[in-house]
Formats: sequence, structure tokens, C-alpha cells
Amino acid sequence: MTKVKNFCIFLLPTLICFFIAFILPFFMGLFLSFTDFRTVTDATFVGLKNYKEVFSGGEFLSSLWFTVKFTVVSVISVNLLAFLLALGLTRGIKGTNLFRTVFFMPNLIGGIVLGYIWQLIINGILYPYGQTLLSSANYGFLGLVVLMNWQMIGYMMVIYIAGLQSVPEDIIEAAHIDGASGWMRLKKIIFPQIMPSVTICTFLTLTNSFKLFDQNYALTDGGPSGKTKMLALDIYKTFYNKVGSEGVGQAKAVVFFIIVAVIALLQLYLTRDREA
Amino acid sequence: MKNRIIAVMLTGVMLFTFFGCGKKNNTPSVYFLNFKPESAAAYEKIAKEYEKETGIRVKVMTASSGEYESTLKAEMSKSDVPTIFQLNGPVGYTTWEDYCYDLSGTALYGYLSDQSLAIQKDGGVYGIPYVVEGYGIIYNSAITDKYFALDGAKFASMEEIDSFDKLSTLVTDMTAKKEALGIEGVFASTSLAAGNQWRWQTHLLNVPLYYEFATKGDNTTLEALDANEIEFEYEENFKNIFDLYINNSVTQPQLLGSKSVDDSMAEFALGRCAMVQNGNWAWSQISGVSGNTVAEEDIKMLPIYTGIPGEEHQGLCVGTESYIAVNAKAEQKDIDASVAFLEWLFSSETGKSYVTNELGFISPFNTFNDDEKPTDPLAREVLSWLDSGKVSVDWMFAAFPSEGYKDAVGGALLEYSGGNAKWEDVALAVRERWASERQR
Repeated sequence: MTKVKNFCIFLLPTLICFFIAFILPFFMGLFLSFTDFRTVTDATFVGLKNYKEVFSGGEFLSSLWFTVKFTVVSVISVNLLAFLLALGLTRGIKGTNLFRTVFFMPNLIGGIVLGYIWQLIINGILYPYGQTLLSSANYGFLGLVVLMNWQMIGYMMVIYIAGLQSVPEDIIEAAHIDGASGWMRLKKIIFPQIMPSVTICTFLTLTNSFKLFDQNYALTDGGPSGKTKMLALDIYKTFYNKVGSEGVGQAKAVVFFIIVAVIALLQLYLTRDREA
Repeated sequence: MKNRIIAVMLTGVMLFTFFGCGKKNNTPSVYFLNFKPESAAAYEKIAKEYEKETGIRVKVMTASSGEYESTLKAEMSKSDVPTIFQLNGPVGYTTWEDYCYDLSGTALYGYLSDQSLAIQKDGGVYGIPYVVEGYGIIYNSAITDKYFALDGAKFASMEEIDSFDKLSTLVTDMTAKKEALGIEGVFASTSLAAGNQWRWQTHLLNVPLYYEFATKGDNTTLEALDANEIEFEYEENFKNIFDLYINNSVTQPQLLGSKSVDDSMAEFALGRCAMVQNGNWAWSQISGVSGNTVAEEDIKMLPIYTGIPGEEHQGLCVGTESYIAVNAKAEQKDIDASVAFLEWLFSSETGKSYVTNELGFISPFNTFNDDEKPTDPLAREVLSWLDSGKVSVDWMFAAFPSEGYKDAVGGALLEYSGGNAKWEDVALAVRERWASERQR
């Protein structure tokens, strides 16, 4: 009886919220991807037509390719830089706390605002050379990578710092006495010890890069000519900018979900393996 | 026992907050989903006034700029649906067909001076235009007069300019003498930043496509809606005017991707350029710039000449993309209240004065007298061009296939002006995207 009561008090409200805000929309979305609709409460079934259209148009695949390129570059750069910063800021140099705060701060600003700020900065830099952010897709790509790094590094750094601080001093000291060089200590002692942090950080950067929307929307809005359009933005544009394509946009979103889920599970499986 | 009661109450409260929102009441109410962010404050005032007069509550919600369709889609899925919403034209009607109430029996439809302007299908009337707008090339006559006074000026007054050749001669000569005129370029920046391309991929492209469809039938919008592909017969003319804009501008062509509409309106207001393509809605943007140097009486408008034969008889581009529709899926009492509200707004003395003075609309209704027309300089210019006997260019861009089509054309124009694409790529985007978007 107390079990039922506790369930009602502690779990049921959350479960109801979860059901309404996550489970229900998810299955509605799944259903809507097989229909033709204008508003989500009013749909007609069309079978696999939407999915056919997803893969017959080149836009989805080109955004997928752009997203993959972006994700690879930003996962590597964010993690590398965040790890180096964390290493530097665990050495006890003066002003460590100040630096940690400063590096973390960009993470507190929303993506849209960051996008517009960096648009101004990059345009300001390129302007004297007779170029703008939209002159070439490469600028947009680099801009997105810089923006992503600037925003994510601080957060990842904090996770790495926590990991580094939990490495027992005595092991490092023992390695030191045994004559291991700084590089060897890093590679053989510290790195295996912080694998849990690496797992978390790669997972976060990977999924966040793949799902990037706000920054992309504000920085380039996919320009020039949709060449810097990432998957999430492509879904949005299909849904809202083409007459009668809501179902296709929804189908794209389902495919997108499957891709993200597969990548995330695969990555978790691989890094978990190395933690053991 | 006490704990159980508390638990049940808590759960009850939570459930209530989730499901308790769908309350029903029997007094009719109006929910107006507004399309024009610049009119939001005026509509709030109107709603208050109406509630004071009749006791019927009018809820006004304004979608943020460029987000109307997504807001409408979201609001239509709720239990408290908008009773009055807006269609951007026949294309919007195809999306919202099932939601449009037949207004043919209403007095509102009877007020229309030209009933053919309404969106109609099979004898029913589903969308009623409530504002007429016009665009063209806005110019600052103080600067052009300064040019005419110079030695060796090629023309003596703006009245002589009635074709692309003359406009082009004038503009290139003004560019050559820009130091003497105290301007940085003749045209304000051709804004090609994301979300700021509509003046070119929609308004400017309307001109050549209007002429293409004008030879095919009376109603260019309907002709274009039926067309699965276009010839883009007047490609050369579109290039003429676009090249003239970007090569005689305040900004170098390859930097235009960073310019917004606000930037170019500010350039015009500050007297850094002599001309800018825009419509009568832009008056508030010009007068609102601090340090504005343009006098109200100096603001004039010129048709967009592109070198198409017979253009000396061409007027401004005049039309509407603002149609009012009433939600057929709302409750009947709310539908009736909505129609009554609209009729009050466009025919009662109080309502009309709000429309003229606060909203600044040029209304297409016969309930408005001549002295109830808006008085800002651009609206006056549009009205005087309408009376001049010239042939207005219809707004047929409502028949463009989709936002995606316009974005594709805008993107191509951006790459062309940046030197990263050839003109053929622009022409390709205009033609091919039309066909591919229409296939669906």
C-alpha cells in the first residue's frame, strides 16, 4: 500500500509530465510522418510517400553531408581545446578561478544571440577584404565551427577539470618516481583515469553538433543558397517554407532522430568499452 | 489517512493545471491573429475600444515578423483557435482552404469597392483584402533637383524619366557626379542578408513575371497559379534593373550580403543615397531614423522601369497580400462576433478613424470617403499614381510557388552580386525552381 502511495506522490506527476511532453508528441510525430497535414490535429494518411520524397530530393542528403563534416571537425576541436584548457587550469597557476569563469561564460548566452554576435564579428573582419560571411560556404562552415567551439569549450572544460581532479595524486607521484615522463604520465596514467569524462564530453559534443539549430539559423540561415544548411534547419525549412510539405518535414525529422540515436548509442558503446 | 488526502489533492491540482485549461463559456469572443507587427499597438487599442463599446472581448495576438505561418499552424491546433486570421493570397488559401468561412453573404464583402479583389472559389468568398499597398522606386527630390541644377545635367526634371533607358542614363550620370551631389551612391544598398531579400526575390521579380503573365489572361495571379513552368521571357529586363541597383549603390556589390533592409532605409533617411526601392509601408522606417535629413515633401515615387516595351504607361506596383479570413472551424457564435467586429472596424466612424489614422491603411472599401485616406507622403504618392491613369503593375507574387522558391532566387542573386555565380545561374534558379516546386 505504501508502495502505491509513494508511487502516486513521487513518480506519477513526473510520469504524467513525461508522457505529455515527450512520449505523446514522439508517437504523434511518428504517425504524422506518414500523413499529409496542415495542423497536427487534422491529418490524412499517405503511407510512405513522404519518406520517398526525403531521399529523392538532394537537399536532405547535402545537408546531411554538411552536418557530418561539421560534427567531425567540431567534436575533435572542442574536445581537444577543452582538454588542453582543463590541463592548464588544474596546475594551480594564479587566477585559475577567474579563467575558469571566463571560459565558461559563453555557455550562458543563448544560441540565437551568439549567432548574431558572431555574424557581426565575422562580417566586421571580412568587410575590409571585400567579402562577407555569405560570400562563400567555407566562411559559414568556419564561422559555425568557431562559434560552436567558443560556446562549448567552457562547458567541456569544466567536466574535464572535474575528471582531472579526481585522478589520485599518489598514482601520479608513483609514476613520477618510477621515471615516467610528463607525456607518458598523461598517456598511461591520467588519460585512462578520465575516460568517463571523455565519454560524457564526446557524447555531448557529438549530439549537440548534430542537432545544432539556433546558431545555424542566426549565423547564416543556410546561406549562400542553402550551402550551409544543417539537418535541423533543413527540417525547419521544409516544414514551414514549402507549401504542403509538412509531412515531408516530419519524415525528415524521424530519419534525423534515427541517425542521432544510432550515432549516440554507437559512440556510448565504443567509449564505455574503453572505460572498463 | 491525512497523507493520502494530501496526495490525492496534489495529484488533482497537477492534473487540473494540465487539463483544466479547456474551459467553455457561452459569451461570444473574437480572437484576432495579427500579421503586421508594426500594427500590433494599434490593434490593441482598437480591441479595447471595441470591448468598451459592445462588451465583446477581442483578443489580439501578433506573430513576430516572418513567423506568421508557424504561429498560425500552432494556434490552429489549440482548443482556443483564432477566429480571424490572415491569408497572404491564393497560395495561402490553398493551405487553409478547409478553415476559411464563406463570407459572400456578409456586409463586409459588400463594402469592397472592387469585389474581384477577394479570394473566391465556386461562388464562395473566402478572403477579403483590407489594405492596398504600392511599391516602386522611392526618391529624394532634393537630391535629384540638385542634380538637375548642375551644369551638363542630362535631364531637367523627373517628369522626363519614363523608361529604363532614361532612368539608366540618369542614374549613371548621377553616380559619376556623386561627389558634387554629396551622396555615396544613387541607390541604397541592395539588402541581401538572410531574411532581407524580399525586395528583390519577391517585389522586383514581380515586374518581369507580371509582364510575362499579362499577355496570357486578365488575372496574372490566377494565370501564374496555373502555370507549372515559366519562360522567364523578360530575363534581360530583370538583369537590367538589378545590375543598375548593385552597380550604382552605396555599397560594393560583393558586400551586399551583410546589408539589411533597415540599413538601406537608414541610408536613404540620412541622405547618403538618392533612391531606394520600397513601398508605402516604409514611411515609418524613414521618418523613424534619428538624424533623418529627408523632408516630408521631398519624398516621391517612381515606377520600376526595366526596359519592357510600353513601360512609359506603367505605374507603381499596386496590390495586396493581406486578406482577412474567418475561421470556419470556430464556433458559430464566435464566427458571427468576428464578422461583426470586422464590419464595425471598416464601416463605423470610430473604426474607420482607427484604420486611417492609427493603422495608416489605404482601404479598398467604399465605406471610406476621400477625406478618410491616409496622409503620409508615400501613401499620398501611391494614391496620386493610382489616379494618374497609368497602368499599375499587379502584385502577382502571391502566386510564386513557395518561400523556398523565393529563398532559392534570393540566394542566387546574392551569389551573382558577390561574383560567385553567373547570371545564367540566377535565370536557372528562377525557371527550374519554379518547375520543381510546382511538381509537388
